Amino acid sequence: MLSPDGEFMMRSETEREIRKFIEDSFVFREDRGGLSAEESLLDAGLIDSTGILELVAFLESAFGIAIADAEIVPDNLDSIQAITCYVQRKLATETRAA
Amino acid sequence: MRIEGFLQGSASRRPDKVALVTAGERLNYGDLDTLSDRLAGALSSRGVERGDRIVLFMENCREAVVGIFAALKAGAVLCPVNASTKPDKLAYLLNHCRATALLTHGRLLPAAKAALAQAPSVALTVATGRAGDAAEALSFDAALAASAPRPNRAGIDLDLAMLIYTSGSTGRPKGVMMTHQNVAAAAASITSYLENTADDVILSALPISFDYGLYQVLMAAKVGATLVLEKSFAYPQLIFETMAAERVTGFPIVPMMAAMMLQQKELRRGAFPHLRYITSTAAALPPAHIARLQELFPQVKLYSMYGLAECKRCTFMPPDELRRRPSSVGIPIPNTEAFVIDANGERAAPGVVGELVVRGAHVMKGYWEDPEATSCVLRPGPHPWEKLLHTGDLFRADEDGYLYFVGRRDDIIKSRGEKVSPKEVENVLYALVGVREAAVVGVPDPILGMAIKAILVVAPDAGLEPEDVIRHCKQHLEDFMVPKFLEFRDELPKTESGKISRRRLVTALAEAAL
Repeated sequence: MLSPDGEFMMRSETEREIRKFIEDSFVFREDRGGLSAEESLLDAGLIDSTGILELVAFLESAFGIAIADAEIVPDNLDSIQAITCYVQRKLATETRAA
Repeated sequence: MRIEGFLQGSASRRPDKVALVTAGERLNYGDLDTLSDRLAGALSSRGVERGDRIVLFMENCREAVVGIFAALKAGAVLCPVNASTKPDKLAYLLNHCRATALLTHGRLLPAAKAALAQAPSVALTVATGRAGDAAEALSFDAALAASAPRPNRAGIDLDLAMLIYTSGSTGRPKGVMMTHQNVAAAAASITSYLENTADDVILSALPISFDYGLYQVLMAAKVGATLVLEKSFAYPQLIFETMAAERVTGFPIVPMMAAMMLQQKELRRGAFPHLRYITSTAAALPPAHIARLQELFPQVKLYSMYGLAECKRCTFMPPDELRRRPSSVGIPIPNTEAFVIDANGERAAPGVVGELVVRGAHVMKGYWEDPEATSCVLRPGPHPWEKLLHTGDLFRADEDGYLYFVGRRDDIIKSRGEKVSPKEVENVLYALVGVREAAVVGVPDPILGMAIKAILVVAPDAGLEPEDVIRHCKQHLEDFMVPKFLEFRDELPKTESGKISRRRLVTALAEAAL
């Protein structure tokens, strides 16, 4: 079991990795000035169907998780915060199962 | 009949019938008719006149559908533009058609404003959401809440209904001119072979800036069907849930969507018992995908089709014949003709490859303010009053008259079902300091159909990284035009006259892939 501090650090690191991928891969118009963790990627026009495919491929590869079809939904993927929470849940489940 | 008549007719027959489902909200025909009347009144009272061009720069949503019918009711010409269009190109389009008004989203206002600064003809902007400073845009909510006097005479069906901008090899898009008669003819033909009725529930995730997506709105209104309008196919799982919940009967797709659907590991056979038909066009649907779709949806009629913006739709494959001829795009749509001509301009014998030409009431009137480009593709037909459309596509027919797409005569790449002009992308690349030579080609891709690849020669001291190039492309091009692959080289192959040879590049890439 990770200590509360350990969990916090893991979450921050996870969020950082996810943010970096999103920022590197998807549109960055100069006038946007940074993406908030809660901002909807779809509403902001940052991600489309091919973008989702790339995101899913990245998450599976970077975090070693398997993403089911039914999990490819905005609740899990539409913001940096949602993605971070989703990945954390997946990692916790898969750790317990291991 | 003028196209807004589709809505008016359905509204008078069944005002309480659900016309549109967007983000879970329902709008009936009566209300859609009333809202579009109000917006038309607001447009007219603010200076939009008969024949004026209105650019629709919007994603799929309720306000966009209202905007489509409002523009037509005001007697204006509708010009739908992809919502990912960047300011430079939006300015070009606004100026090219000398648009009077722009309909857009609050979210797109920054891009719109940058374009409007270079487009003096636009006198009115209408935006969804918080439109910001009232001086810069009229809000949709305000326009739809107020009851304005109805505009007078919208025009007759001989008048222009829309300008559909389509990419060409020259790098500058051309505006396909369609009258109300053109659109009505195309819609009548298509709804007849799809056997559309008021009982249909059509789910479209196709952008309304694409004629394929726009016509879902128009044809649903024509027959009084319900349209479930989705913004994109980004989340297939949600689309499938909606298809089941809304008992969708018709699902128009492009091959990329089929590829994504077939990648789903959990898609069950017979998953959508209410689904009656699936249509596919815009790019070739691989026979392997056709077979798998037929296996997954045995009760569904699968229509493989071909068309071009210049006539909306050209051919369709009768579903019963698809199994026997999976690589054919079928026969001319009802009440039209399409045939292959040989090098002498005569009808070609079966098996001979030549250019496909089209005749029918659906053929465009020409390219907006471009008589030279128009005369290249619209040439005298059998009757003195008639023009025959030369598609620029290579086809052959079999012994039974079924048509097969062979290839394009120009360099246009079809990626995600959208046309990409290599020259247009190259022009953007050349605008980046440090790019000396650029060539854009298509490479096969299992999902996209063709992916865009840019091959560049850059100045060694320019310090250009791939990310810099891609960011620059994203700032100036629609999403589907941004290269997926980038390669830096020391030099590019040239023709004898010293021009960069895309053909040699494509050949070399194909050989390397083997």
